[in-house]
Amino acid sequence: MNIQETYSALGLSDSEYDRILELLGRAPNFLELSLFSVMWSEHCGYKNSRPLLRRFPNDGPRVLQGPGENAGVVEVGDGWALAFKVESHNHPSAVEPYEGAATGVGGIIRDILAMGARPVALLDSLRFGPLDEERNRYLFREVVRGIGGYGNAVGVPTVGGEVEFSPAYSGNPLVNAMCVGLIRTEDLMRSRATGEGNLVVLLGSKTGRDGIHGATFASDELSEESESRRSNVQVGDPFAEKMLIECCLKLLERDLLVSLQDLGAAGITSSASEMAASGGVGIDIEVDLVPRREGGMEPFEAMISESQERMLAVIPPEDEEEVLALAERYGIGGTVVGRVADHGDLRVIVDGEVVGSVPVEYLADAPVYERDLIRPGYLDEVQKLDLDALPEPDDLNEVLLKMLAHPNLRSRRSIYGQYDHEVGTNTVVRPGADAAVMRIKGTNRGFAMTTDGRGRHCYLDSRGGGAATVAEAYRNLSCVGAEPIALTNCLNFGSPEKPDGYYQLAECIEGISEACEAFGVPVVSGNVSLYNETARGPIYPTPVVGMVGMLEDVTRHATAAFKREGDWVLVIGTHTGSLEGSEYLEIVHKKVAGRPQNVDLDEEKKLADLVRRLVSDGIVDTAHDVSGGGIAVACAEMAITGGTGVRLFDEVENRLMYEGRRADEVLFGEPGGSYIVAVPNERFDDLREALVGFSYDEIGHTGGDRVEIGDLVNLSLGDLRGAYERDLFGIPGEVVGGTEPVG
Amino acid sequence: MKVRVLVRPKEGILDPQGEAVRGALPALGFGGVETVHVGRLIEMELENADDVDAMCRRLLANPTIEEYEWEVVS
Amino acid sequence: MGGGFVRIGVTVFPGSNCDQDALHAVELMGAEPVALWHADTDLKGSDAVIVPGGFSYGDYLRPGAIARFAAVMGSLEEFARDGGPVIGICNGFQVLCEAHLLPGALLQNTHMRFACDRVKVRVETTQTPWTSGCEVGEELTLPIAHNEGNYFADAETLARLEDEDRVVLRYLDNPNGSANDIAGVCSENRNVVGVMPHPERVSDPVLGSDEGLRILRSVLAGARV
Repeated sequence: MNIQETYSALGLSDSEYDRILELLGRAPNFLELSLFSVMWSEHCGYKNSRPLLRRFPNDGPRVLQGPGENAGVVEVGDGWALAFKVESHNHPSAVEPYEGAATGVGGIIRDILAMGARPVALLDSLRFGPLDEERNRYLFREVVRGIGGYGNAVGVPTVGGEVEFSPAYSGNPLVNAMCVGLIRTEDLMRSRATGEGNLVVLLGSKTGRDGIHGATFASDELSEESESRRSNVQVGDPFAEKMLIECCLKLLERDLLVSLQDLGAAGITSSASEMAASGGVGIDIEVDLVPRREGGMEPFEAMISESQERMLAVIPPEDEEEVLALAERYGIGGTVVGRVADHGDLRVIVDGEVVGSVPVEYLADAPVYERDLIRPGYLDEVQKLDLDALPEPDDLNEVLLKMLAHPNLRSRRSIYGQYDHEVGTNTVVRPGADAAVMRIKGTNRGFAMTTDGRGRHCYLDSRGGGAATVAEAYRNLSCVGAEPIALTNCLNFGSPEKPDGYYQLAECIEGISEACEAFGVPVVSGNVSLYNETARGPIYPTPVVGMVGMLEDVTRHATAAFKREGDWVLVIGTHTGSLEGSEYLEIVHKKVAGRPQNVDLDEEKKLADLVRRLVSDGIVDTAHDVSGGGIAVACAEMAITGGTGVRLFDEVENRLMYEGRRADEVLFGEPGGSYIVAVPNERFDDLREALVGFSYDEIGHTGGDRVEIGDLVNLSLGDLRGAYERDLFGIPGEVVGGTEPVG
Repeated sequence: MKVRVLVRPKEGILDPQGEAVRGALPALGFGGVETVHVGRLIEMELENADDVDAMCRRLLANPTIEEYEWEVVS
Repeated sequence: MGGGFVRIGVTVFPGSNCDQDALHAVELMGAEPVALWHADTDLKGSDAVIVPGGFSYGDYLRPGAIARFAAVMGSLEEFARDGGPVIGICNGFQVLCEAHLLPGALLQNTHMRFACDRVKVRVETTQTPWTSGCEVGEELTLPIAHNEGNYFADAETLARLEDEDRVVLRYLDNPNGSANDIAGVCSENRNVVGVMPHPERVSDPVLGSDEGLRILRSVLAGARV
C-alpha cells in the first residue's frame, strides 16, 4: 500500500494527513500514523461537534467539575457529590448487541470510577426499529441481556432508562449508557498527569487485539461490510471490572494515586495523551511491558487496543510496592508501563528505543470542521398537517387499549425485571416511575435521575425538540420531588457531512442550551455519536439528556401510582394538548408530521418547581407528567400501577372543558408542560392554597376498578392491564405462555 | 497433551437452554429436530491425564445435575 | 435487644456484591458486622455467618462452583459442623449447595431470564436459627434477583426435605420454576439455611419495608452462647 492508501485505510483524509506533516515537520511512521488515526477519529476527536458544543452552558453553583474530565461532578449537600455521564455504544451494538451493550456499560462505569467515585446507579436509553422485524427483536433482546449481564454481575443497580421503537432506528440501534457515582467532595480525583518521574501503572486485564480501529469503526456508517468487523468488537468481563472497581477505590482510600484515567476508545493512546495534555506534561510508554493476552502483538496494536476493564494510574514512585500489592490482592493485573516526562510528547519505547513520538497537544487537538447551516428541505413538507382532514376514531376505548399496548407506551417491567435494580440497598423508587430515586446512607438526602430523548420531535423541529427534551427531564425529576441540578447528554445524530444532519445537530444544541439557561441546569458532561446512518438514511436526530436532581428529604418523594380511593385528581398546567407530532398520530394514523407545541421555558420552570415543592412539602405524594399519549395514557398508567380506577370529566363543568373539541385531541393531545396529581381530601385545601396563581383544573376522583373519562372512555382495570402489561419480548401476534397474544 | 471434557445436563434434568434452542430451530426453517441439550466444553493442555477424572468430579461438573465425559485429543 | 455483643461474619469472595448490603443489615439488626475475606481462614469470633449474594468469581463455570473452594470455606464447614448458624443468600445459597452443606442445586430460571422482583414467600418452619423469630405460615414480601434460582433436588431428596420439615421458605407465586416452589431449605442439623430471596434488601423502612429483619434478627436469640 502507498502512503495515501495507508492513511485512508486508517480513516484519515488527505487534508488531515497534510496537517500531520505540517505539525510534525516530517512524515509520521506507521505507529505514529495509527496514533493520529484513532485520536483524530470523530469518536475521539469530536471534529464536527467541538465548535458547536461550546454553546452549552457549563457553569452552576453546584458544579464541581464541568466538561473536560471523565465525568461531570455536582455537589448534593452534606459533603456528598455525584459524578455522572452518559455515553453511546451504538455501532458495536448494531453488530454484536450483547457485548456491545455490555462493554458500553463497562466503559461508562470506568469513567465514573476515574473521578474517584463509587458507581452506584446505571440507566440506559435504548432505541430500535419496530418489533415486528426479527432483526430488531434480536437486537433488543440481546442488548437488554447484555446490560443486565454486565450491570448485574458488577453489582451496580440499573434503576432507570427508556426504550423507543421506530423505523428511524432500523439497522442503527441506539444504546446510550449512563452511570452515576457517589463521592465525598474532598475525595474528587482528576485525570491530569503531573510530576516528572511519576510512574504510569496499567491496572486490570491483559491487553489483546480487541477493538483495534474501533474508534474509526464508530465513525463510519454501517454497511454490510460492518458485519465482517465482528471480530473488532470487544468482549466484556464484569468480574474483572468488579475487582478493578474495588481495587481502585482502595487505592483512592489509601491516597496512593496522583491521577486516574480509564482506558476506552483508542486505549492507552488516548488515556496517556489526554492525561499528559491536561497536565501539560509528556508520557513515556514502554509498550513491551504491557501485559499481553495474545502473542505476536505489534507495538501499535498494544497502543490502540481497546481491551476492556483497564485503567491507567499515575503514582509517585515510592508507592509502587503498595499499589502493585493491592492489585495482586484483588486479583487484577498491575504493571508499571511508563513514566511522566517533561518533554510534552507521547513517546512509545521498545527495548529502550523510541519507536514513535508525537507531541500530546497535537494528538489531543484534532482539526475541527465548521459547516454552513442550511435549513433542510424536508421540514416544510413534514411540518404540514391538516388535522381537520384526520378522521376521528369511532371506538376510543379500542384506541386507548391500542396505545397502551404499543411498545412505545407499554409497561417496561419485562425489561427492568431483567436488571438487578436493588443491589446496594439504596434504591428508594424503583424502575417504572418518572425518575429513579436513591438515598445517600448516613443522611436524609436522596438523588434522582432520568434519561429522556425525543427523536421524532427533533426530526420535526430540531430546536424545539432539543428544548423539549431538556424540559421533559426537568419535569420527570420535579414529579418525584427532586430539584434538578445538572445534566449530561449523548448526541446521537446522522452524518454531519450532510447539510441536514449538521443543521439538526446545531439546532438541537441551540434548543438544549436555551432550555438549560432558562432552567438553570448546566451541561457538565456528555458524548457525541455521529454517522448514525444506514443505506436507508439517518436516524432521527436524537439528543438524549441524562439529568440528576437532589432531594433534601428522600422520604418526601412522589410516584405516579394512584394510592387511595376517593382522591381528588387535578391537572396542573394546561390540559389542551396538540396532536401534532404525537404518539397518537404515529400509532393510530401512521403519520409523523406537524410541529409539536413549543415549550414556554419560563412557564415550564415555574410549574415544575411548583410541583416539586408540593411533593417536598408533603402535600402531594402522587404525581405524573403528561407526555406521550396525553392525559388518557397518563391517567391509565396511574390507575394500572396503583390498582385503583379513576373517573374524569364527570362533572358538568368538566364536560364543558372538552365540548367542541375533537375527542382524540382531548384524550391524546400532548400539552408540553402538564402534570396529573392526586391528593386525599385532607390535603385538598392545602393543595388549592399552594396552587393560587397557577393554572389548574380539578378533573375527577380516584376509585373503583374502571377508568372512565367523560363519556369517551370506559374500561376495566383488567382490560387495561391486559394491554399495558404485555411482554415486550414476545413475538407480535404469537401466543406465548398464557392465552394473550403479545403483539 | 490436550484433553477435551464435555459436561452436559443429566438425563431428566430440565434443560431450559436446550428447550429454547429446540424451539428456535423450526422458526429458522430447520425441521426434524427432536431433542437438544446444551452443555459445556472444557479444553485443557496438561502434562498427563491422571487427575482429569478427579477434576471433573470436584470442579468441572456438578454431579448432582451434570454428567461428564472426556478424551485425550492429542 | 442485647444484639450488640453478637458478631455476625459476612464472607467476601471476589465478585460478591451484596456483602456491603449484608454488613449494613447486620448493623441495622443491632449486631456487630465482621467482614471475612475469602483468602483468610479466620472467622474472627463470629457467632453466626452470612454468605451473601452477588456473582462470586463472575458465576463462571457454575454459580458458586469456584467460591466453595475458597480458604474461608474450610473454616466455615467446620463452624457449620459444630452447629454454628450459617445462612446463604442467593449466590450464598448456591455456594452452600456446591459445597454440599445443603442438598440440591440451583438451575437456570425456567423462563431463561434474570428475574428481579419482590415476591411473596411463606415461612414454612421456625425450627432454624434464622427463622426462629418468625411464625409458621407467616407471609413475607422479599426481593429476588437471580438468573439461577430454580431449586432442584432428586425426588428422594425432595421427599426427605418435606418429611423432615426442612423447607424453610416457599414461594406463593413461583418466579423461577423451583421444585415444590422451594425458596429456601436447611441442612439436616438445621443450622445451615439457604434462601434465594434477599432479606437484607428489606431491612430498612426507607426502602419500603424492613420485613427482612424478621428473618435476620432471629439469629440473635440463638447465637448467644
